[in-house]
Amino acid sequence: MSQNMSVSIAGVTLKNPVMVASGTFGSGIEFSRFLDLSRLGAVVTKGVAITPWEGNATPRICETPSGMLNAIGLQNPGAETFIKRDLRFLEQFDTKVIVNVCGHSAEEYVDCVRRLADEKRADLLEINISCPNVREGGIAFGTDPKGVERITKEIRKAAVQPVIMKLSPNVTDITEIAAAAEAGGADALSMINTLTGMKIDVRRRTFALANRTGGLSGPAIHPVAVRMVWQCAQRVKIPIIGMGGIASAEDALEMLMAGASAVSVGTANFHDQTTVLQVIDGISAYLDENGIGDVRELIGCVR
Amino acid sequence: MAQIYRESALVLGRERLADGIFSLRLQTERIAAECAPGQFVSVYCADSSRLLPRPISVCEADPEKGILRLVFRVAGKGTKEFSGLEKGDKLTLTGPLGNGFPLEKLAGRKVLLAGGGIGIPPMLQLAKALSGGENQASELTAVAGFRDCLFLTEDFSPYCRVLIATEDGSAGTKGTVLDAMRENDSSPEVICACGPAPMLRALKQYAAEKGIECWLSLEEKMACGVGACLSCVCRSAEVDEHSRVKNKRVCTEGPVFAAEEVEL
Ligand SMILES: Cc1cc2nc3c(=O)[nH]c(=O)nc-3n(C[C@H](O)[C@H](O)[C@H](O)COP(=O)(O)OP(=O)(O)OC[C@H]3O[C@@H](n4cnc5c(N)ncnc54)[C@H](O)[C@@H]3O)c2cc1C
Ligand SMILES: Cc1cc2nc3c(=O)[nH]c(=O)nc-3n(C[C@H](O)[C@H](O)[C@H](O)COP(=O)(O)O)c2cc1C
Ligand code: FES
Repeated sequence: MSQNMSVSIAGVTLKNPVMVASGTFGSGIEFSRFLDLSRLGAVVTKGVAITPWEGNATPRICETPSGMLNAIGLQNPGAETFIKRDLRFLEQFDTKVIVNVCGHSAEEYVDCVRRLADEKRADLLEINISCPNVREGGIAFGTDPKGVERITKEIRKAAVQPVIMKLSPNVTDITEIAAAAEAGGADALSMINTLTGMKIDVRRRTFALANRTGGLSGPAIHPVAVRMVWQCAQRVKIPIIGMGGIASAEDALEMLMAGASAVSVGTANFHDQTTVLQVIDGISAYLDENGIGDVRELIGCVR
Repeated sequence: MAQIYRESALVLGRERLADGIFSLRLQTERIAAECAPGQFVSVYCADSSRLLPRPISVCEADPEKGILRLVFRVAGKGTKEFSGLEKGDKLTLTGPLGNGFPLEKLAGRKVLLAGGGIGIPPMLQLAKALSGGENQASELTAVAGFRDCLFLTEDFSPYCRVLIATEDGSAGTKGTVLDAMRENDSSPEVICACGPAPMLRALKQYAAEKGIECWLSLEEKMACGVGACLSCVCRSAEVDEHSRVKNKRVCTEGPVFAAEEVEL
């Protein structure tokens, strides 16, 4: 039986609905030793800002049951190096590239988005609004609906490529934030970013992370992510890229059925570099086994 | 880019060397044949609720037979799991990882290898590499520092002179590796070291004062092990070529650094 695995996000066609989550895969340079990047629906790059960022002190990570906490602090080499090295590297692969963008202020986001405007290899932009806003005492941009609508509008105005707003789950009602991003003109949503957590090292009687708090990711957060994707899919019309703890085809299928048009595999890449291929092959096998000709039939099929 | 392999290695045997210290011999396809002294492997837990790999140094590698030896201390749940492996079990590894010690810079010189506690195992493969062949050192001494129980010291004796320091004075010099070095009037041209941070700091300072070249193998928490996630950085003296900030990745630019290259 012929099978369609391709999906479309904001007018961009992906060969399959599976990509890698920002920050867990670099720009694919290192992982290209283990898998052919051309098999992926898209590569989502590590967050990049207009200038280099140092990131946080170490320890930056710690393991937790079926998950991990990270406080990398968005270390990145800045847009110039990223374009010259990482985007040039990605030219050789037949996949889509989603550039994840971070900033400390609206101007920094806008400057970075403008710098990427002429870059043909950047197919879509994903805006990480979990970054600390230096003007607002370090509170993340993504926590207040009005602020989210405002920053989405500004970025949308400056951007050439379609804009995906990546939502923080650390809010009371994520559907309010999703609706605000849609009202601001977002072309799609990515969710969820990490859940803020803390681990204490009882032997040393101090925080396990130098930053004290960190973002929880991995299988431990998967049910929370599925719930949030499902809620937002009921509320907004724009497509959603679902992520949070996906480690198998079954996890990815749950996300699609909850209403995501595509999915990202993040922390699971650390346990096995080829997880993302197993997810792609597993979805394809599920379609075959169930006599489904088009993966799009699954999107939002559970209401 | 150097090759890195993900393999399912066969456990050939497990040995208990001292209280909480274990040695595993593994049959690998490519990793043992291609690893260099000072490199490490990522070891994965069978229980996937522990999803991050554990970095463990290459203690010995037999390239002809493809046999890799890892020596580790039970420090938590992951290493506890590895200590229970039996002959015939499988263990997933990624490697070889990291840069390793700069053998060509050590060849023909008076080299001192300093290992503290669980920093001793990687020094064994280095001792072998410098004891003969194209990278033979002109003089080779290993100094091993322990809290109390010794392990692995006899494995070093075919390759070099071995000095011992113990915190409780139960064997060798009472004190640190530096105390043992001073007591034995060692005057190396180069020091290679792996061990706890206070030991590395003391050696860095000692080497700077004496004008001795010094290479340090660092530890940091890792997630990807291959350079993609930026979990494992250390502070560097200069802006790093890859990161464009003063951070270097221990898993990729390291774990071995020139002492003056990094801040400890
Ligand atoms: C390059 C390198 C080489 C190493 N070589 C050896 C070796 O040859 N023998 C040996 O016994 N130990 C070695 N270590 C330390 C070893 O990685 C840790 O003891 C081990 O990861 C502990 O795992 P666990 O599950 O038992 O402990 P847990 O405390 O349960 O581990 C929890 C998490 O923290 C990480 N972690 C804990 N301690 C360390 C540490 N010291 N360094 C890095 N990550 C840590 C673990 O990998 C895991 O992700 C090395 C570390 C590095 C960075
Ligand atoms: C080490 C690490 C670094 C991350 N860096 C970024 C980042 O730079 N930008 C971003 O938007 N999200 C970042 N994330 C969040 C992931 O992209 C993803 O949203 C989250 O981890 C949930 O998915 P997972 O459980 O599959 O990892 C990072 C996550 C991890 C674990
Ligand atoms: S562990 Fe990921 S960069 Fe070193």
